Amino acid sequence: MINELLFMNGYGLYVWSAFSFTLFSFLVLFLITKIQYTKEKNKFVSKLGSLNSERAAIAKSQSINKAILSNTSNI
Amino acid sequence: MFKYLEPGKIFSITSKAPKYVLFLFIIILSIGLTEALVLSPEDYKQSHSVRIMYVHVPAAWISLGIFSSMTLLSVIGYIFKIKNFFLISKSLAPSGLVFNIIALVTGSIWGKPTWGTWWAWDARITSMLILSLFFVMYLVAWRIYENNDKIFKVTTIITILGIINVPIIKYSVDWWNTLHQPASINILSKSSIHTSMLFPLIIMTAAFALFSLLIFLMKYNTELIKIKNKGLDRL
Repeated sequence: MINELLFMNGYGLYVWSAFSFTLFSFLVLFLITKIQYTKEKNKFVSKLGSLNSERAAIAKSQSINKAILSNTSNI
Repeated sequence: MFKYLEPGKIFSITSKAPKYVLFLFIIILSIGLTEALVLSPEDYKQSHSVRIMYVHVPAAWISLGIFSSMTLLSVIGYIFKIKNFFLISKSLAPSGLVFNIIALVTGSIWGKPTWGTWWAWDARITSMLILSLFFVMYLVAWRIYENNDKIFKVTTIITILGIINVPIIKYSVDWWNTLHQPASINILSKSSIHTSMLFPLIIMTAAFALFSLLIFLMKYNTELIKIKNKGLDRL
């Protein structure tokens, strides 16, 4: 059973490499997108922190900024 | 109704959605992989190599669907001056390109045992390669003209030129004599694929669609934060 699943009548190398390439591409795209998201979010938090209190209050009053700050999830 | 279109409301929805989409994607992908690699039967002609179809075909479908959506969004966005449509289109492009590359690479891997060659310059394969070049041009254009008003015009032109290639991809196997087999699945007429193979194909397509949705949401959120970062610079 395991042998048949691995070798697939001699086609195992082709089948497994096609599926491996697909899943590896998914993983790479997911990680790159996640890194970009985290980077932009950290930049946003640090920029907001560097504003003076008056400007920070204006920025924090906007609904989207509140939503960005309240969203702690990385994805 | 319109209150849901505010950027804050959109972000509060799109920022929460990825974790649920990721969860659903993992479940559907697990079912799809089990069906595709273990439960589905081998083909009487192609034997087990037919299993490559379960990653090759959904990847090609999704990349074509994404490029068509990008064109529609760009054209409507350009005519009605809706910048958000360009943002959605830009966020769709990376997963479209990756699915296009997956379709080309897995097609090449499938080609070796079935046609005896990794690559052939036939109409279907070449037109898919051309589509990947349009995805690259689109993404490069965003890099070059990101802070320029020309960007909306340039990206719309790229998508319009690229969409001419989509019907060529679809009908290339009917119009020309190609190594690539004709379509086995027809929406309007009876499909020549057996249900035991159609079911895993549908499951894998659903998994791939969920993955492109996941990447789109993450990318769209990144773009929204990028815009807000520029806004903070101006404060």
